[in-house]
Amino acid sequence: MRVWKFGDNIDTDAIIPGRFLTINDSKELAAHAFEGIRDEFSKEAKQGDIIVAGSNFGCGSSREHAPLALKGAGVQMVVAKSFARIFYRNSINVGLLPVICIQASEISEKDSLVPHTGEGYLEVSGKKMPVEPVPDFLQRIIDAGGLVAYAKTIRSEDLCIK
Amino acid sequence: MAGTITEKIFSARCGQEVTAGEVVMAPISGAMIHDITGPLAIEKFYEMGGEKVFDPAKVIMLFDHQVPADSLNAAEIQKNMRLFAKEQGIHNYDIREGVCHQVTLEKGRVCPGDIVIGSDSHTCMYGAVGAFATGVGSTDMGFALRYGCLYFRVPESIRADVTGKFQKRVGAKDLILNIIKDITVDGATYKAVEFTGDTMGSMNMAGRMTCCNMAIEMGGKAGIVPPDQVTTEYLSGRCTCRDEVLVSDPDAVYTSWRTFDVSDLVPQVAVPHNVDQVVDVTDIAGTPVDQVFIGSCTNGRFEDLQEAAEVLGDKKFSDSVRVLVIPASKDEYLKALRAGIIEQFVKAGALVEAPCCGPCMGGSFGLIASGEVSFSTSNRNFKGRQGSAEGKVYLGSAATAAATAVQGEITDPREVR
Ligand code: SF4
Repeated sequence: MRVWKFGDNIDTDAIIPGRFLTINDSKELAAHAFEGIRDEFSKEAKQGDIIVAGSNFGCGSSREHAPLALKGAGVQMVVAKSFARIFYRNSINVGLLPVICIQASEISEKDSLVPHTGEGYLEVSGKKMPVEPVPDFLQRIIDAGGLVAYAKTIRSEDLCIK
Repeated sequence: MAGTITEKIFSARCGQEVTAGEVVMAPISGAMIHDITGPLAIEKFYEMGGEKVFDPAKVIMLFDHQVPADSLNAAEIQKNMRLFAKEQGIHNYDIREGVCHQVTLEKGRVCPGDIVIGSDSHTCMYGAVGAFATGVGSTDMGFALRYGCLYFRVPESIRADVTGKFQKRVGAKDLILNIIKDITVDGATYKAVEFTGDTMGSMNMAGRMTCCNMAIEMGGKAGIVPPDQVTTEYLSGRCTCRDEVLVSDPDAVYTSWRTFDVSDLVPQVAVPHNVDQVVDVTDIAGTPVDQVFIGSCTNGRFEDLQEAAEVLGDKKFSDSVRVLVIPASKDEYLKALRAGIIEQFVKAGALVEAPCCGPCMGGSFGLIASGEVSFSTSNRNFKGRQGSAEGKVYLGSAATAAATAVQGEITDPREVR
């Protein structure tokens, strides 16, 4: 498992450039993730890798292709100081875990990172770093494995149209 | 209880009083999908067991990002979406009308007080008519198409109170860039930005759209201007809306209240690679550019084209610059044609393209190469946004873009005679 470190304001154009948006398959998208920004990512990223970033990760476009490309590359979670709103929600919907950790900037690519998000912390080279709890309704979507799976469990009385 | 316009819209549509911070399942008054994010939304709709969309009359479909189809992939996508529209009885504006956000408003598909979503981040533009509108991803859109509602956390609001009269050749784009500079790229994350004050009250709908369009560039969930006489006039003949008038109560709660006086505001430019890296045009005047793009949902309206034409006058665009002019919609295109502006641009050396997104998001034509500089009236200057990640994008108003295109370098539009 490798930690990929990024800075602040990583936008969705950086994660997956506009010219690849006619692709909808996550594996194919992954081949272009961070193209022109960090070319070794698509070649070297492996199943279970973790992205660690600063503030406002995923700002910009609403393209769900961004979390899908990361998921396709094998990324299991993105740890950031803060997330842009649409990316955060899209990630949860497609089953890529976004984790808010105020101390994210202190994590380096050399650290060993063991997530214990269920218990509310990350183990970073033996040190505990707290992560922010996820709002209840989002946790239910995460637990279901994404919005598609969750949608199948909702009761009609929870909806606006019966 | 006192509420912001956003809280009141959620309360009205949900039929129960809600306040910021609450999570609600709210009914959707309109849902917009286009050629880029639509296909995935349709896929998710089916994965969720969808058969018929909740209400075909409330779904807005059109193609604008890669039109006319610029690749085989784009052609296949558009073909499949056409088929979906037909099967579902959705009116599809197809490639005929222009940029999604402009068309959605122009066609009267949004009323004050509506809750509207679009699978595009600049959906926040519809706040210009006093609606709550926000961009969502494709899975959320698939959910909404199936069930007609969606989860929302009712956002807190930031109030941006704007006063003063703009100097000549300074306007809404300069204002919103200045506001973003103040609030920063993530200063409004999860929040609605409510634009108020005398300046907003006297601003035309085109300017209000420019401001709301860029709320997302501060991380905003929505931008909103309280509906007034200007709104009513814009909507008349386009749609019949509810009688209710929702505006914020005087004692509504805001997380922050900022004031802006535009009297001394000079043309603003966002420099690479973040939208809050905003400077006075005078600070970077003289920077050579390779391409100027006048268009997009932010500034591709008739008023913008007119502003650019006024700066251009009978001059020519610089030979060292490629100038692309793309009206935001067919209606705006026709207005410009009738006013003789299109001819003026063509004569001056511009390439005028049919209404679409064009080079705005670097997905279609008009890309910039490595080392090249674009001056654009659109909304994002991210690295690689308009082509090469080694290129640079500057953002400003149509007036500044025209002045820059004439001189071949970033130029203060107030200096051009
Ligand atoms: S013009 Fe640009 S910002 Fe507007 S919808 Fe098209 S790509 Fe998006």
